[in-house]
Amino acid sequence: MMAYIIRRVLYAIPILIGVNVLTFMLFFVVNSPDDMARMHLGQKRVNQAVIENWKQERGYNRPLLYNSEAEGVGSITDTVFFQKSVKLFQFDFGSSDSGRDIGYDISQRMWPSLAIAIPVLMVGLLVNISYALLIAFFRATYIDLWSVVLCVVMMSISGLFYIIGGQYLVSKLLHLVPISGYDTGLGAWKFLVLPVIIGVIGSIGAGTRWYRTLFLEEINKDYVRTARAKGLSERVVLFRHVLKNAMIPILTGVVVVLPLLFMGSLITESFFGIPGLGSYTIDAIQRQDFAIVRSMVFLGSVLYILGLLLTDISYTLVDPRVRLS
Amino acid sequence: MNMDNLVILWTDALVYLLLVVAIAFGIYASRKEHLRAPWRYVIRSKVGIGTLVVLLFYVVIGLSDSIHFHPPLDEPDKNGEVIYSSEVISLFDQMVSGLRARQEKTYSAPLATHLYAKENIELPDGTTIRDFPRLKYGGAHLQDPEKDWKGDIMALSALGIFKGLVLTLVLSNILLIFLTIRSGCSFEHTARNVLVGRTEIPWCVALAVLGLMLVVFMWSAELATKYHLLGTDKVGEDVFYQSLKSIRTGLLIGTLTTLVMLPAAVLLGIMAGYFRGWVDDVIQYTYTTLNSIPGVLLIAAAILMLQIYMSQHADEFNSLVERADLRLLFLCIILGVTSWTGLCRLLRGEAMKLREVDYVQAATAFGVGHFQIISRHILPNVLHIVLISVVLDFSRLVLAEAVLSYVNIGVDPTMNSWGNMINSARLEMAREPVVWWSLAAAMIFMFTLVLSANLFSDVVRDAFDPRLRSTN
Repeated sequence: MMAYIIRRVLYAIPILIGVNVLTFMLFFVVNSPDDMARMHLGQKRVNQAVIENWKQERGYNRPLLYNSEAEGVGSITDTVFFQKSVKLFQFDFGSSDSGRDIGYDISQRMWPSLAIAIPVLMVGLLVNISYALLIAFFRATYIDLWSVVLCVVMMSISGLFYIIGGQYLVSKLLHLVPISGYDTGLGAWKFLVLPVIIGVIGSIGAGTRWYRTLFLEEINKDYVRTARAKGLSERVVLFRHVLKNAMIPILTGVVVVLPLLFMGSLITESFFGIPGLGSYTIDAIQRQDFAIVRSMVFLGSVLYILGLLLTDISYTLVDPRVRLS
Repeated sequence: MNMDNLVILWTDALVYLLLVVAIAFGIYASRKEHLRAPWRYVIRSKVGIGTLVVLLFYVVIGLSDSIHFHPPLDEPDKNGEVIYSSEVISLFDQMVSGLRARQEKTYSAPLATHLYAKENIELPDGTTIRDFPRLKYGGAHLQDPEKDWKGDIMALSALGIFKGLVLTLVLSNILLIFLTIRSGCSFEHTARNVLVGRTEIPWCVALAVLGLMLVVFMWSAELATKYHLLGTDKVGEDVFYQSLKSIRTGLLIGTLTTLVMLPAAVLLGIMAGYFRGWVDDVIQYTYTTLNSIPGVLLIAAAILMLQIYMSQHADEFNSLVERADLRLLFLCIILGVTSWTGLCRLLRGEAMKLREVDYVQAATAFGVGHFQIISRHILPNVLHIVLISVVLDFSRLVLAEAVLSYVNIGVDPTMNSWGNMINSARLEMAREPVVWWSLAAAMIFMFTLVLSANLFSDVVRDAFDPRLRSTN
């Protein structure tokens, strides 16, 4: 087991290097730091001195890959690539283009993101699995048919509509909770209720339909027929046998997204004004703060790879048929 | 319209290329029984044919909106030659030129006769009062809006619905005559069969949906000539026109993205599964790396870079339309880069299974070349997977466009798209009274398209993957 995990972690390294090189190319080679500076300072009345100054402040004035002026190791380390990209491996994100420490911002903004993402995931799972089980219990009846229709309809509505509609209905017409904002500590709950509910509602369509398919796949298997033949009631068959076996794909599907919960939800957070990592990213995109976007790309990749690793491990834990190889 | 004023945008060219490919595939498929059978299943399912009719409406509007040209100016020059405007419009724009030209001052509600906000109006006797001014175009033909408005709307609606019904009747009779000739039975017999749904293809469903669409279409066309059917937006542009124009953007994002990513996904996926070894390693590494970057962030980064490039090279673009078009194409490409990995992985697994199948082994033993084995034996056997994933991806991409445009990393802000409409509607919802029509219009149009696409793709998936039929 240990050897397997170590091998998987080692396998992740070339992928992270690939991500790093790719983002470096995207941010520094396609457009030179001069272009970035001009974009930030505005097109008009920009002279070379101002641009140099801007680059100096943010450390973009080094050569990209190889510094011929520096001595020894410095010729490799004193470059944009080393300073800006390689340092990400130590989770040293440096400072943003507006001068703030990105690492500190991330550690602060992680918690509001999690405060939304975890309840949405948990409540969503509970609601979707219960609903899917209900449909599976009443399979091939009108309840089944209309539930599937409902799921497809809910899937076809843009997530933006749930948010805008929900905000309008609950906050503006009924005045139940504030439209947007955030509070520290426990006072935050009233800002979190609406985004969580909307997040769960938005996930019902696709989620329930997917779980229903999983359950129905299991129900048609031989061991279920055997269980029924033994005289077990439909309830016991469904909860003891079907649910247990269908939990394998459900669980692994959840594990893969677990690490990404840190990244938060871009849309929800920006609509509700929650100071999480999602809105941090959006703000960075809109302010065109490349340092933050670059850090978030790297962080996202690390978390994704972590998710894949956890999935593989959880497979072996819940399903003894899967062997590590 | 002659040829030299035609403007071929990149996306237009690709759309028509896609159309040609689709037609060619259709002809190819119609000759092979194993490909014809699933499509027959689609056509014979009620949901399949119903949604197909709805989708066709969208496609026709999208295609007619994809022929661009410089319109001729009204007055010819001294030598009697036609001068062309520098503006680029599409065939669709020309068909609905009334909608495009009738611009109000600012917001007005659907079917309204007055503006949304009060203004100072100068009366003929010199005094000014503060009231809602009349619209320049919406309901301008009414003498006394308070009294005539209701009756006029009713009359126009009745006329529109009547026209729609007549059109449906004409079309269904043409269909019935065609069916009569083909079946050789009497007209009455065919008509009865169609109406009670005893035909193999559920024509009654197709006709019902067609009738519904035509009635709605004629009704809105009738009202839109005299009023602003869905109101006007902040700068007074007709929202109905914007929603119709957005159809092209939505369809393009849904289809071109797939077209762009398909060659790479199919080729690499099959190669990885077929050759194994280091080829497999390299390809797997590539897609795992690309996949591990969060999609939205990759798109954001790429679009930011494009923006920089465009602002540095602003003089390379002849017009705003061309610029917006290039950005749309680029968005499709980058969306393709983020979404080809799923299909590639599926194909790799399938190719891995197929290479062990007896007939492929036999072909290898006979010394058939790799290229021939892939094109003869493997490719035809994975086509259904490709098709299913193309159709399933479509609705996801249409919805993704809205989200991306909301974050400002979607299509160009000057381009009509549902995402841009929703984006602007965000601030409008905070107004008092609420400006809800932009949002509602975008949602209705998008919902109809995505719902039909979702239902259609389910039928296609069932048709091509019979294993799933039992559970769904």
